[in-house]
Amino acid sequence: MKLEELRFGTELLKRGFASMQKGGVIMDVTNAEQAVIAEEAGAVAVMALERVPADIRKQGGVARMADPTKIAEIIDAVSIPVMGKARIGHFVEAQVLESLGVDMIDESEVLTPADEQYHIDKKKFKVPFVCGARDLGEAMRRIGEGAAMIRTKGEAGKGNVVEAVRHMRNIMGEIRALSGKTDQEIIARARELEAPAELVIETARMGRLPVVNFSAGGIATPCDAALMMQLGADGVFVGSGIFLSQNPHKVARAIVEAVNHFDDPGRIAEASRDLGEPMKGLDIHLLREDEVLQKRGW
Amino acid sequence: MAGKIGVLALQGDVSEHIHAFQEAGSYLGIPLEIFPVRGADQIARLDALVIPGGESTTICRLIDKNSMRDAISHFSGGIFATCAGMVLLASSIIDDDRFRPLGLLDITVRRNAFGRQKDSFEADIAVRGLDTPFHAVFIRAPVAISAGTGTEVIAEYNGGIVGVRRGRALALAFHPELSRDRRIHIDFLKRLGIG
Repeated sequence: MKLEELRFGTELLKRGFASMQKGGVIMDVTNAEQAVIAEEAGAVAVMALERVPADIRKQGGVARMADPTKIAEIIDAVSIPVMGKARIGHFVEAQVLESLGVDMIDESEVLTPADEQYHIDKKKFKVPFVCGARDLGEAMRRIGEGAAMIRTKGEAGKGNVVEAVRHMRNIMGEIRALSGKTDQEIIARARELEAPAELVIETARMGRLPVVNFSAGGIATPCDAALMMQLGADGVFVGSGIFLSQNPHKVARAIVEAVNHFDDPGRIAEASRDLGEPMKGLDIHLLREDEVLQKRGW
Repeated sequence: MAGKIGVLALQGDVSEHIHAFQEAGSYLGIPLEIFPVRGADQIARLDALVIPGGESTTICRLIDKNSMRDAISHFSGGIFATCAGMVLLASSIIDDDRFRPLGLLDITVRRNAFGRQKDSFEADIAVRGLDTPFHAVFIRAPVAISAGTGTEVIAEYNGGIVGVRRGRALALAFHPELSRDRRIHIDFLKRLGIG
């Protein structure tokens, strides 16, 4: 086999990787022990972090990429994919994550943005990216920059699903509103969305985002996870909800079970039994404007 | 002849597999019923079961959680397994005791044999039975490092086994469902006597 015939880091490989995550739960972890618990519970991947979003909120200050030692420790502990977060626009953090062997990079509003004008040029990387979005225009812009996967932002670190619901309904509703439109009308709509026209046309034709779309930001219980699946998510990210609960082992398994049987209330009920205290949630309206993470990125 | 094809829909690229078999069916001009399978009771009446790509640890855990191991093990129809599916069909896994594979094929596999996602690749490979190379997509792919007698090796890459067949079961380390080329799907259906 001649090496020059090999192709690495193609769009197909990036989107293909994201497709393999479908129907799965991706869990935030801060050390090897938590990563092993997540893997045993049936997580499809883990997100390696220094602190979970709820602790980032509490501690304040600038939130950055995790320490490479921490990421390497988590990579060594599990066989499932390991993802890492880079600050919005911080392409050097992304380069470092790629060199560490992270399987997917989350350009994340949970960390403090590094660039207020440009997101990372994701097409320059071999590893795929996942990016947050609150509406169709934002999702299209990120895909246009090379994101292989979208996650609706929700509001991280609060254990309150309301924002996740708002953003998923937004995107799904905006996609449904494209059906029946002519290409000309879709191009006009793309201008309003400040989105690449060919991507909006592709989305209209498919009746869904052209990449895998997960839900994130506020999922704390099995019912929350199943709710997001019924609203059309391809899978879920669970951040603070697992390892800030009283019984992470059980909650992790229960959320995997609920995603697997998202349309079977009996199974969700079974999974929801005796989980102990979930993470303590916060009402979105109690946040100060500058504490709202979802407004980071555009 | 019409056929019923179920795609194990516990986790992974289920819709891509459904789409690929729909295309193969329309190429052959045969009516195929292709649908996701999530319960043990759906399996016995299928002509073929697809075990998709995804995370093998997750899928295996859900197979047991949903009490599907026996139904899959006793299934006598065709099996079409890719990537994680190949790992699940194996009799043993090297250096990994995270889960117990189904053991439907006498192969020993190594998970993530080529490395991490940045090492995932596309390459044209020879596949036995196809007259020109197949454009294969390898994503954190496994390889089989040995195959028992009676298990036919149909594709190799860099000294590792990336495709095997035994009877009605086919296992591939790559993802033909992500390629445009449907020859492997069409050949699989023909061998089952569908189309």
